[in-house]
Amino acid sequence: MNMYGTDQHHHTLTVVVENKSGVLARVASLFSRRGYNIFSLAVAPSDNPKFSRITIVVDVESAPLDQIIKQLDKLIPVVSITELDPARSRERELLLATVAAGPESRGQVIQLVGVFEGKIVDVGPEHLTVMLAGAPTKLDDFEDLVRGYGIVEMQRTGRVALPMLDRADHRGHPAPGTADTTEKAG
Amino acid sequence: MELTGAQALIKSLEMQHVEVMFGLPGGAILPVYDPILDSSIRHILVRHEQGAGHMAQGYAQVTGRPGVAMATSGPGATNVVTPLADAYMDSTPLVVVTGQVATTAIGTDAFQESDITGITMGITKHNWLITDVDDIPRVVAEAFHVATTGRPGPVLIDIPKDIAQSTMEWYWPTPGDLDLPGYHPVTEGDPTLIAEAAELLLAAERPVIYAGGGILKARAADALRELAERTGIPVVTTLMARGCFPDSHPLCLGMPGMHGNYTAVTAMQKSDLLIALGSRFDDRVTGRVNAFAPEAKVIHVDIDPAEHNKVRRADVAIAGDCRLVIEELLLALEALGLSHSEATRGGRGGYPSDAVAGAPAAPGTFAERFPREGLAPWRAQLGEWQRRFPLVYDQQPGAGPLKPQFVIEQLRDLTPEDTIVASGVGQHQMFASQWWQFDHPYTWVNSGGLGTMGFAVPSAIGAKVGRPDKMVWAVDGDGCFQMTAQELVTASSERIPVKIAILNNAYLGMVRQWQEMFYEERYSEVYLSPDLPDYVGWAEAMGCVGIRVESPDDVATAIDKANSVDDRPVVIDFRTDAFEKVFPMVAAGASNDDIMVDPSLTRGDG
Repeated sequence: MNMYGTDQHHHTLTVVVENKSGVLARVASLFSRRGYNIFSLAVAPSDNPKFSRITIVVDVESAPLDQIIKQLDKLIPVVSITELDPARSRERELLLATVAAGPESRGQVIQLVGVFEGKIVDVGPEHLTVMLAGAPTKLDDFEDLVRGYGIVEMQRTGRVALPMLDRADHRGHPAPGTADTTEKAG
Repeated sequence: MELTGAQALIKSLEMQHVEVMFGLPGGAILPVYDPILDSSIRHILVRHEQGAGHMAQGYAQVTGRPGVAMATSGPGATNVVTPLADAYMDSTPLVVVTGQVATTAIGTDAFQESDITGITMGITKHNWLITDVDDIPRVVAEAFHVATTGRPGPVLIDIPKDIAQSTMEWYWPTPGDLDLPGYHPVTEGDPTLIAEAAELLLAAERPVIYAGGGILKARAADALRELAERTGIPVVTTLMARGCFPDSHPLCLGMPGMHGNYTAVTAMQKSDLLIALGSRFDDRVTGRVNAFAPEAKVIHVDIDPAEHNKVRRADVAIAGDCRLVIEELLLALEALGLSHSEATRGGRGGYPSDAVAGAPAAPGTFAERFPREGLAPWRAQLGEWQRRFPLVYDQQPGAGPLKPQFVIEQLRDLTPEDTIVASGVGQHQMFASQWWQFDHPYTWVNSGGLGTMGFAVPSAIGAKVGRPDKMVWAVDGDGCFQMTAQELVTASSERIPVKIAILNNAYLGMVRQWQEMFYEERYSEVYLSPDLPDYVGWAEAMGCVGIRVESPDDVATAIDKANSVDDRPVVIDFRTDAFEKVFPMVAAGASNDDIMVDPSLTRGDG
C-alpha cells in the first residue's frame, strides 16, 4: 500500500476551530481517548484571526467517519467540519528532504528535482536539501524515485486542502456539492 | 463599579441564581473565599473535595439546576476529578470552580500546581482557564449555558490566584455577548423523521419504549407518560431513568440490563421496535451488542447526535430534546389517526389519513391496529413473563439471616412514597433499584455510567440540600460507606438530616458475587469485616444517630426511629446476608437471551 497516497480508508476533514490556546490539545485528546487514528494533521491560523483551520486526514478503519465527525462536533471550540472528497478538492503538501548527492549522482538528483519542479534549498559537499510542494501523490512519486540515491532525512507537512471551485461559479465561492459541511450542531 | 476578580466571580454566581455551593478552601482559591462571607450564596464546607463534587451532583439530579462546587488548585482540583468524570458519564450539569497558581507560576511546577484543564479535558463538556480578569463574568455565563443546555454536563473554570486578585470594571453579559461560535445545540427534532417514527410505531407489533436518563434531563416524564398511555406501548426505565415513568403503572416493565428483571430484558430482546428516548445503548443494558434485540427496528431520540449509531444502528435517528420530540411525535401520531384519548376518539371527526382515503373515520377504526387492542397479544406475553419470572428472595422470619432485599422493601414501605433514594455502586444499588418502587421523577440519585463507589453519602447530602422538604435516604454498602463517610461530619455540622442504610454484608459484595460465579469461589481481596470499623460508634463520633440491626424483626423499628430524627443524620448498620446474590443476571459479554434468573425460579423446570 502506498504510504502517502490516496487511500480509501483516509478521509480529509477541514475543521475550523476557535483560535484559542489548548484547542489543538482538545482535538488530539479526543482522537486518542476515542481510539481514532490520525493519519496527518496540519494546523494554522485562517484568514480570520479568530479562527484556525485544522486539516486532519483520518483513518476511517479505526472508527466510522460519521462518529468521528459527530464527536469532533461536540467540542465547544469546533466551529465547523467539512469533509473533503479527494476527487473534488485541491490537496497540497510540502516535502523537505536531505538527499545523498555525491559527485557521481548529484547531476541526476538535480535533474529529478527539476522534473518535479522542486527547489534545492541547501547544498553540502555530499548532500542536497530539496523542497517540493504539490499534490500528495506527486510527493509520493518523488520520494520513491529519490530513495534510490539515499534519503538522509525527510519531513513532510501533512496535507492541507480546499474544495475545488466550480468553473461556472464566477463569484469564486465553492460550488454547492463540492463539500459536505457540517455546521456545528450539538 | 470596580470589583476584584474574586468578587466578580461570586457576583457572577449570584447572577446565575446559585443558592448553594459545596467546597473547601486552600491557597490558590483563598481570594475567592473572602467575598463568600458577604454573599447570599450558602457555602457548605465539605471534608474532602470529592464530597463537594458528589454533593453538587446530588443537588443537580434532584433539582434540575446546575450543582456548583469549589476547590483549590493541585490536590483540591484533582480530588474533584472523580465527580467530574461521574457527572460527564451521567450528563449531570455541574459547574466546578478551581483555584490555580498565579499566571506567572503556571508551568513552573509551583506548589499545588496541576494542569486541571488538561486533566479534565476528556471528562468535562468544556473547561476554561481564565487568563484575563475581564473575562470572568462572560466565562461564568458561558459555563452555566454550556452545562445546562443541549446534553447537560459538567464544566470547570480554573482561575489563577493573581487573576482573582486583580480588578475589573463589573458588567454582566447579555446572551449575545457569549463567545461560543461553535455551540448550537439542537432541540427540535426533524419533522420528516418524526413522521417516519410515527409510521414505525403504527406498524409495530411488539414495541417497547426504552426510556433513559435523557427523559429526566428533558423534564419529559409527563410527555413520556402521555405517549405510553395513548399508544399502549410498555416502558422500560434504565438505571438512570428510574422514576421517569411510575413503577406502579401497568405499562411499566421496570429496569432492563445486566441486573434488570426478566420481563424488561426479554421484552427488549423479543421486541420488533425499540423506541429509545434519551438512552444510549449502554453495554450494561445491551449485553453482547450483536445479540441484542435482533429483530428490533430502532427509533433513537437523543439530544446528542453522536449517540446515534454509536452502538446500535438506528432506523430513525432523531436529534432533539426528548420532551419536544415526544410532543411532536404525538401530533404526528394524531395525524396518522391516533385518537386524542379514549373518551374523545369518536368525536374528533375524520382523521387526515382517512380523509385521504376518502372514507370517514369510524370510531374504533384504529383500535384493531392501534393503540390498545392491537398490542393486546404482546401485553399478554409480557404479563405471562411477569407472572413466571418475578423478582424473588426468601426472608426467613426471626433468626434467619437478614436479606438485603427485605431491608429495601421495609424501607420502601415505611417511608413517604416520594422519598429520595441515593445509592452507591454495587449489589446494594441493584437491590435498591429492583425493590424500591419509583413513582416520581427525580427521586433516584445514583452513579450510573461511571459506577463510583462512595457516591451515596455525599450525593444524598446534596439531594437533601436541594430538596429539604423531602425525606432523603441513602442505601449504601459497607465498602462504599467507608470511601466517603467523612461527609457525615459535614451533614451533622450543617444540620442536614440525611438517613443512611448500610447494607453491611462485610464484603465488596458485587465483586464477591462475580468471584463466586465466575472465579470458582476464589475470593480475592473482598472481605471487609462486619464490625471493623464499628459503624454505630463511627456514626456517633460524626454526630449522627447510630443504630445496629441484625434481626429481620428489628428492621421496621429501626427505620421508624430513623424517620423520627429530624435534626441530625442517622446511620443504620444492617447486618445482611453475605451469601445473597443479585438476580437476574446477564454475565458480562453474554447475550441477554442467556439471562440467569434466581435459581429458585428454574428448579423443577428440568
